[in-house]
Amino acid sequence: MTRVVRIVLLAALGVLLIALPWLNVPLPVVFDAPLNAPGTLNLLGLCFVFGALALTYDLVFGYVGLLSFGHALYFTVGVYVTAIALNRWHLPLAGAIAVTALAGILLPLVLGAICLRMRDIPFAMVTLAFAEAGSILVMQNPGGLTGGEEGLALGADVLPAGLIGVANTHNLYWIALGALILTSFVAWWAVNSSAGHVWQAIRENERRVGVLGLNPYLYKLGAFVLAGFLASCAGIVYLLLQGGANPEVTTSSFTLALLVMVVLGGVGTLWGAVLGGIVYEYLDFRLVGLANNTTVANLPALLRVPLSEPLFLLGTLFIILVLFVPGGLAGAVRRVRRA
Amino acid sequence: MSTIALLTITGVGLGALYFLVAAGLSLIWGLMRVLNFAHGAFFTVAAYGGWVAATAVPGNLWLQWLVGLLVAVLSGALFATLTEVVLIRPLYARPVGQVLVTVGLALATVALVQGGFGNDPKTLTLPAWMNATTAVLGADIPNTRWIVIGAALLVLGLLLFFLRRTRYGLIVRAGVENRAMVEALGIDVQRAFTLVFAIGGAAAGLAGWLAGAYYGTIDPVRGSAMLIFAFIVVVIGGLGSVVGSAIAAVVVGILQQYLNFYGAAGVGDFAVVLLLAGVLLIRPGGFAGAAA
Repeated sequence: MTRVVRIVLLAALGVLLIALPWLNVPLPVVFDAPLNAPGTLNLLGLCFVFGALALTYDLVFGYVGLLSFGHALYFTVGVYVTAIALNRWHLPLAGAIAVTALAGILLPLVLGAICLRMRDIPFAMVTLAFAEAGSILVMQNPGGLTGGEEGLALGADVLPAGLIGVANTHNLYWIALGALILTSFVAWWAVNSSAGHVWQAIRENERRVGVLGLNPYLYKLGAFVLAGFLASCAGIVYLLLQGGANPEVTTSSFTLALLVMVVLGGVGTLWGAVLGGIVYEYLDFRLVGLANNTTVANLPALLRVPLSEPLFLLGTLFIILVLFVPGGLAGAVRRVRRA
Repeated sequence: MSTIALLTITGVGLGALYFLVAAGLSLIWGLMRVLNFAHGAFFTVAAYGGWVAATAVPGNLWLQWLVGLLVAVLSGALFATLTEVVLIRPLYARPVGQVLVTVGLALATVALVQGGFGNDPKTLTLPAWMNATTAVLGADIPNTRWIVIGAALLVLGLLLFFLRRTRYGLIVRAGVENRAMVEALGIDVQRAFTLVFAIGGAAAGLAGWLAGAYYGTIDPVRGSAMLIFAFIVVVIGGLGSVVGSAIAAVVVGILQQYLNFYGAAGVGDFAVVLLLAGVLLIRPGGFAGAAA
């Protein structure tokens, strides 16, 4: 495919996605409701957020080769700092976003500076530990800030009118789409910059990068902070879409889910990671519906129980992909094209 | 004084559970360089396996509990062996792939247990003696603590005997030191891999069943929580070292109990994470280096 054709196709896809809220088209099987129904738009918005989030994880894991198990922490920052600033400190939305952006840069900077003194598995473990600390902090509900296990629902008066209510779902949809496009542009620009080339060189052979006179530590820290910041931005959009913060996003299984998304899509490819995030969230959502399906409900328990657990199906799918389809969806597409 | 005795012994009991999970993790990591996220799944599956077996046995509570124990240990070992043979072995050439399949297995297993048994904790009916307490220095210590601590000491002793006095232990220790060299000497390290997984699975299974006695209930997600603290213990104790894991487990358990009691709830968990960060900053390899 030539470059021109690809750009035209991408632009067409973009126009289609932007115009989606005006398309009253039913897509049976894929979605329960027409394309422009609030439920569908909300699901698509969540898919876009997870696409963007998976992309930010791919920056550190796929491009620099840093197996971080703490990426959910930076997403958590986006969700919770914004929610607390809006609900508890009564800041306007712009102020809350500014505070979150600051936290989204400072936290990965400080923690990254510590964690990156380790490599490989010790690095993975220490990032996991910090994320777990963040999760404990949220769960313990210090000073009634985070709402603990119950989460933190946004009050009705803290957001601009255009972002509240089912009737305005299309606005949130556009915000999520915009965030995904923006994140993709930043990520694309970053991996194609000279720093991005150094990242990939570090992934292949870190010592050689050091021998060439570059400081791998600073480049890794740069990637870590950029990915953390972008993940925080995705967190803000997620908060708006959900209308509140839930502690589920702080847990270590959420980070593992991120890993699944990126591997599902294809490690080290931008569009693969985005696709992985979108497919994962879509499956996670739709497979819950499978449990309530009458065909499944009538099956014997031996089949019904596994089929009604989305995470079981996703985990199994993931194992099969790792074993038999290395490179994920992107790798499979590449192989089909070559053949 | 009684508070201190209670906190210390409870902390050591918690440390004993951590050790049982961490010992296998540490050996698996040391020998195979596999970060086994499925270890928490071994713990959970064994706990539920034991629970199913124990509820099927009629009559005597001690008999029920011991049958549950046996089944838990065996199912932990069996599940771990299957994991190694079916999922890990095809991926020897792809270390990241190995970590990833264990992640997938952990997610799938916990979801399956939740689907089959529900999210709510299952209460274990323990023999009367376990529900009673023993007075030590004025503190009433629940008897389950002694069982957990005793079992962990027994496992520590057996593991050290295995590692230091048997031929396979020698191969495992040599493999932790330098795997390529052991292979070059014509020894089949693959069998040692499977063995280490089976031992680790059995220990995790034991921990799963004992945690049921320690907390009085079993639930589908405790294994994941245990796993994170076990990871921390393994890193602090030195990757691949069993004795290091034992010491680190006790330190972590006691620290957690004291701070959770004297500070606010959750402070202890938080402090353990900071301890890990501190240890890694001072000594990136943890405190012990060698095997056994």
